[in-house]
Amino acid sequence: MEMTTNYLGLTLKHPFMPGASPLADDLDTVRRLEDAGAAAIVMHSLFEEQIAGERLASIYHMELYAHAHAEALSYFPEPDEHRFGRHEYLDHIRKLKKSVDIPVIASLNGTTPGGWTDYARLIEEAGADALELNVYHVATNPQESSADVEQRMIETAELVCKAVSIPVAVKLSPFFTSLPNVVARLDEVGARGVVLFNRFYQPDIDIVELETKPVLRFSDSAELLLRLRWLAILSRKVRADLACSGGVHTPEDAIKALMAGACTVQVVSSLMRNGIEHLTKLIEGVKQWMTEHEYRSLRQLRGSMSQSHCPDPQAFERANYMRTLHSWRRAEGVVV
Amino acid sequence: MIATPQRPQVTIDGNEAAASVAFRCSEVIAIYPITPSSTMGELSDEWAARGRKNLWGQLPRVIEMQSEGGAAGACHGALQAGSLTTTFTASQGLLLMIPNMYKIAGELTPFAMHVSARTLATHALSIFGDHSDVMACRQTGFAMLASASVQEAHDMAAIAHAATLKSRVPFLHFFDGFRTSHEVSKIQMLTDDDLRMMIDEQQVAAMRDRALNPDHPVIRGTAQNPDTFFQAREACNRFYDACPQIVQEEMNRLASLTGRQYHLFDYIGDPEAERVIVIMGSGGETVEETVNYLNRLGEKVGVVKVRLYRPFFAKAFIDALPSTVRSIAVLDRTKEPGAGGEPLYLDVVNAMWEHGYANRPCAQPLVIGGRYGLSSKEFTPAMVKAVFDELARPEPKMHFTVGIVDDVTHLSLKVDESFNIERDDVFRAVFFGLGADGTVGANKNSIKIIGEETDNYAQGYFVYDSKKSGAMTISHLRFGPRPIKSPYLIGEGQANFVACHQWTFIDRFEMVKYARPGGTVLLNAPFGPDEVWEQLPREVQQTIIDRKLRLFVIDAYKVARDSGMGGRINTVMQTCFFGISGVLDREDAIARIKNSIEKTYGRKGREIVERNFAAVDHSLAHLHEVKVPATVAGDRVMVPIVPDKAPDFIKRVSGVMLAGKGDLLPVSAFPVDGTWPLSSSQWEKRNLAAEIPVWEPDLCIQCNKCAMVCPHAAIRAKVYDPAKLDGAPSTFKSIDYKAADLRGNKYTIQVAPEDCTGCTLCVEVCPAKDKAQPKRKALNMAPQPPIRESERDNFDFFLSLPEIDRTRVRLDVKGSQLLQPLFEFSGACSGCGETPYVKLMTQLFGDRMLVANATGCSSIYGGNLPTTPYCTNVDGRGPAWANSLFEDNAEFGLGLRLGVDALRARAELLLKGLAAQIGQNLVDELLAETCDDEAAIQKQRERIVALRQKLAEIDAPEARLLSQLADYLVRKSVWIVGGDGWAYDIGYGGLDHVLASGADVNVLVLDTEVYSNTGGQQSKSTPLAAAAKFAAAGKGTPKKDLGLMAISYGNVYVARVALGAKDVHTVKAFLEAESYRGPSLIIAYAHCIAHGYDLARGLDQQKLAVDTGYWPLYRFDPRLLAQGKPAMQLDSPAPKADLAEYMRNETRFRMVERTNKQRFDELTELAREQIKSRIELYQRLASGAAVDGKA
Repeated sequence: MEMTTNYLGLTLKHPFMPGASPLADDLDTVRRLEDAGAAAIVMHSLFEEQIAGERLASIYHMELYAHAHAEALSYFPEPDEHRFGRHEYLDHIRKLKKSVDIPVIASLNGTTPGGWTDYARLIEEAGADALELNVYHVATNPQESSADVEQRMIETAELVCKAVSIPVAVKLSPFFTSLPNVVARLDEVGARGVVLFNRFYQPDIDIVELETKPVLRFSDSAELLLRLRWLAILSRKVRADLACSGGVHTPEDAIKALMAGACTVQVVSSLMRNGIEHLTKLIEGVKQWMTEHEYRSLRQLRGSMSQSHCPDPQAFERANYMRTLHSWRRAEGVVV
Repeated sequence: MIATPQRPQVTIDGNEAAASVAFRCSEVIAIYPITPSSTMGELSDEWAARGRKNLWGQLPRVIEMQSEGGAAGACHGALQAGSLTTTFTASQGLLLMIPNMYKIAGELTPFAMHVSARTLATHALSIFGDHSDVMACRQTGFAMLASASVQEAHDMAAIAHAATLKSRVPFLHFFDGFRTSHEVSKIQMLTDDDLRMMIDEQQVAAMRDRALNPDHPVIRGTAQNPDTFFQAREACNRFYDACPQIVQEEMNRLASLTGRQYHLFDYIGDPEAERVIVIMGSGGETVEETVNYLNRLGEKVGVVKVRLYRPFFAKAFIDALPSTVRSIAVLDRTKEPGAGGEPLYLDVVNAMWEHGYANRPCAQPLVIGGRYGLSSKEFTPAMVKAVFDELARPEPKMHFTVGIVDDVTHLSLKVDESFNIERDDVFRAVFFGLGADGTVGANKNSIKIIGEETDNYAQGYFVYDSKKSGAMTISHLRFGPRPIKSPYLIGEGQANFVACHQWTFIDRFEMVKYARPGGTVLLNAPFGPDEVWEQLPREVQQTIIDRKLRLFVIDAYKVARDSGMGGRINTVMQTCFFGISGVLDREDAIARIKNSIEKTYGRKGREIVERNFAAVDHSLAHLHEVKVPATVAGDRVMVPIVPDKAPDFIKRVSGVMLAGKGDLLPVSAFPVDGTWPLSSSQWEKRNLAAEIPVWEPDLCIQCNKCAMVCPHAAIRAKVYDPAKLDGAPSTFKSIDYKAADLRGNKYTIQVAPEDCTGCTLCVEVCPAKDKAQPKRKALNMAPQPPIRESERDNFDFFLSLPEIDRTRVRLDVKGSQLLQPLFEFSGACSGCGETPYVKLMTQLFGDRMLVANATGCSSIYGGNLPTTPYCTNVDGRGPAWANSLFEDNAEFGLGLRLGVDALRARAELLLKGLAAQIGQNLVDELLAETCDDEAAIQKQRERIVALRQKLAEIDAPEARLLSQLADYLVRKSVWIVGGDGWAYDIGYGGLDHVLASGADVNVLVLDTEVYSNTGGQQSKSTPLAAAAKFAAAGKGTPKKDLGLMAISYGNVYVARVALGAKDVHTVKAFLEAESYRGPSLIIAYAHCIAHGYDLARGLDQQKLAVDTGYWPLYRFDPRLLAQGKPAMQLDSPAPKADLAEYMRNETRFRMVERTNKQRFDELTELAREQIKSRIELYQRLASGAAVDGKA
């Protein structure tokens, strides 16, 4: 089965890759992922804020009590080299590149324009094949408009795209009033791909301790539906390559994502839950299904159910909601 | 002089100056940390870790030993094996080396050691400098070479390393602790080539040839007998005879290289001087400077600076002395009670007697001797002048002191404090800062900028107070076109520039008095230029007007905050200093500051550089000159340091010390034997906290956890009769007490607003939340100033409420915190992890306890004057506390036990002997009482009252004696307290012996897993993968399991506790340990600033330590064996979180992860495995498996 796909200018043997996650943190795991058939690997994000915070905290904790008491002018050895998160991250890119043959896609979350571009350049220098920008914004300020937030994100993407020569993808959240417009503008500033969608840590509430607790639950197939809609809408309307991230757990999920228009499918939760070998099952499952259903190549299948190609384009718009409701009622056996 | 432009000019301190040479000339460096020499070892370790090589291209092996005795032994061995070896030490550490020093000298072994000379502990410990330690070594056979300045510490180090090889006499090179070891000064560095010219390779080879080597073996360390020992001991004489000449040759060699010529004795002054001072060490610089001044006035005076003290080459001394001299004053920086004079004096007298009277035109010179500068007491030109004046008197005092007022034996000389020789071409600046605000660091940086980037010379000296939290620092800086020889503080009325970096100092310390007329004052104040004047105390305003001072103000905290620097005002204040002092051109200075920031922080990340740059850029824009009015205004005045109601001794002595004027106290003010009263910290209201906790009674669940965790006993709980609320201040809070056992009473949680340090641990631990708004707890932090006065009144009222009847308290977490803490308001760090344990100990046992406290943090916050946190209860009872030494604490504590037991035994004997007169029933009851609980103790005390009444009626000497000893019939609780440096390392041998003795002592190890007091050196308690000094790459060996070692005896009670993780377990362990009538050991987890995180999270981190299995909790109680149960009780569940979660929160581990992730991962994995196997072992013990066949 011809399964090759193009993503961010990279020719991949098939669309499956582990998404940004701790899966790429361990070299052995990455080697096992390659053995399991991963077409590429996406690293977890390098967070500028965390690195900057850690630097400041480290200096603060080391200097706060220095030169304060006659018996102790300091409390820590002065390390020869201060290496913070970014060093570890860049070193890890280099190690991954040495360890595996598949493309390595780095991920970056910046906080300052200088941070985005500086780190992007360092990531490129370290040898990453592509860069995924992990942009998100949790709006809490009533004075800040959606246009401001979007503009800032577009400008950031533009800065990074100009700063590096490796292809850049932008991982988006689903919370945009007009997602097609946002992606079209990302197209204009040079982004080669978009990843749909980011999943976030969400605060949960401990009702006894009266505390908030950050949690990240594994996705399930139900989350795929949101991705399918937007993949289908965006497919063939924008230049950017589309990656589906979130909700793919079975070969059937993956087939849906590809039919909706995804170039690649990123999986994390299903691998965390079922083990790395599950990746092989997904890949083989899709191949088998395509064979059984007499598909010749991925090209034939990809985007077949996008809004532009599907038999019922309206389905991805408002009517979709009504139909779902009807089907739900029928399923419950309730007659109104 | 040979100009060698490649020889770098650097600004470093004396420790670095000496270590730089020692490191390059050595192959083995064995050390142990001790103030003020620790820096030399730390630098050596740091240089080795960075791959710096010695003269032979080899990385010296730096090893930290378990004690100075151990370091000396390791040095001795390394020397015998033929390697070039050095060590660094001071004070008690040097004393511990003495046995090996005799050996090393007796074996004529080339060896140079470097000592930052420090006071020996006598009536008190002192970390500061004098020659009492080195003088204790003058009989060891070591040559003793003295340096007087930072440059000399560098040069003489080289001379020592060179001369020892040629002479075969080992060298003790020393310089004054703090005054030279910690003075930052601009010096010229010796290059490696210079040192190669000094070190004779042939002599190095000769040393190797003499080494122990099985290929050409010899034996040493034989035992000799009366027939031969004496002669063999005399066989070394010719080496000592030759040594001075060799030293002079090396001095000459150094001169030929650098132009700096030294002699065994250097004379400076009028060639026809009549009065001469003989002195050694940094004081010689002060005398030289004063002599030069007096010579210019025509006075015929001079100074002999002693360089080589041992062997004392009398002829060279006599040759150095002008033949015109009529009187000599020999100044010793040590005290030898009972001697005919101090050592240098006696050497001079002897030299004069043996060699000094021949060929002299005048009569025999008079030689008098004086003591000066003990414990870094200031030694100033005015004091030098006083000594010369004394020499001019017809009948000078033969023995005197200078620098103090001795109103008891009247030995002291009167000093004219107005005598001043400071030159106008020297710029002098004094800065008052807080330890945590970065003032000292910024000033060291300024010195570097001026010293290394301009032609000027620079000197910096830094004075720290005795506290660990909220410590005041005073920086004394001098800059000038000539080398600065002024090893004394800048005096009042002398500074061109005075900066107050902390507004809270303004009405407590008279800082502006340091300013000379026309000088400049810089204030960091939360007021603008138009408002600040009236905020100044009137006394300060008057001085500013009288001296015509220029006044500048900046709100540095605001500028720092706005620049993203948080509370670090160092860069802001440094910029302001350069902006207005005129030391450098303003623009030039700013460029240099930025350059320096780039150098310091460039490799640590752009963010911090950018933030510092922003701070620099914003500073000058917010700096304002204040137009000084002609008259004073406002009503603010200086506040008294201690209130008028304080006891007489506090006002007369402690209060003067607290005001920073302890130098003015005369001899008569002091106890003669180092004995001080308790209960003094309560008078030192430090007002450190910007915010303090405020209690919300309606939310409070009365758990008392806040009081339990408070490191400073600054939040307390009381239960009391409602009637006692009469007369309470209107803002005093009170609520019904909820627990059934004391129902009907009232309950209050009260904060000591002026003693709280604002650490927030109480708020963190508080479990009670407002259901409608959970961010509001039963304790919430609020700004202190608005509530300071009302809460002060409330706290006073709270103290006036009666303490609870101890017999009515259930001794759990809650109950223990209703007991009065007899340890309060210590100078420990804000958020300290040790002091809550010490406080708890005093609450449970304080009224009948004796404490032996090892030197370390706990002895510093426990006994560093002016005040002590130990206090008494209403009956006058409290902890009887003493610090003996670092290494002997367990033995000292055992001695306390033995002594107390002997007195009890005596009392029992007397009791039995007087039974007929006293009454058999009372005697039987007194003898039978085992004092197992508070009720029994109270009952026994009542019996003792009755006994004394009876004894008063008995006319017999035995009755008087028993009356004196009767209190020993109440069981005394002996506690041996110290840190891990003591328990795991230097004191372990003694601790082991005491635990094995079976004696009824309680050992509390405050385990911070590092030498906290001396600055974070690794101990054997330091865990795997933690970075510490001497383990910069992360400790590669596991933490010693002290508890398991003690358990192996089978009859020692052992508990491992973490108060933040399980407070109920901690309380239980303390009670069990104390009740056990054999040895008990409690190992207490103590979070520490040396772990590198916000200590407000200390309790969470303790919990994580337990949850990850890093710190398993257990109790091993041998009494359980008699009940047929396993002695071991594992009190924490199986690990439920990963170790890395704990480790990643602390800088000590994160440093390793950042610098070498692979090593970190490997060590962490190793640690995980060890935790697993250790817990399995504990579980086996808890299940009843055998330990030495006993458990």
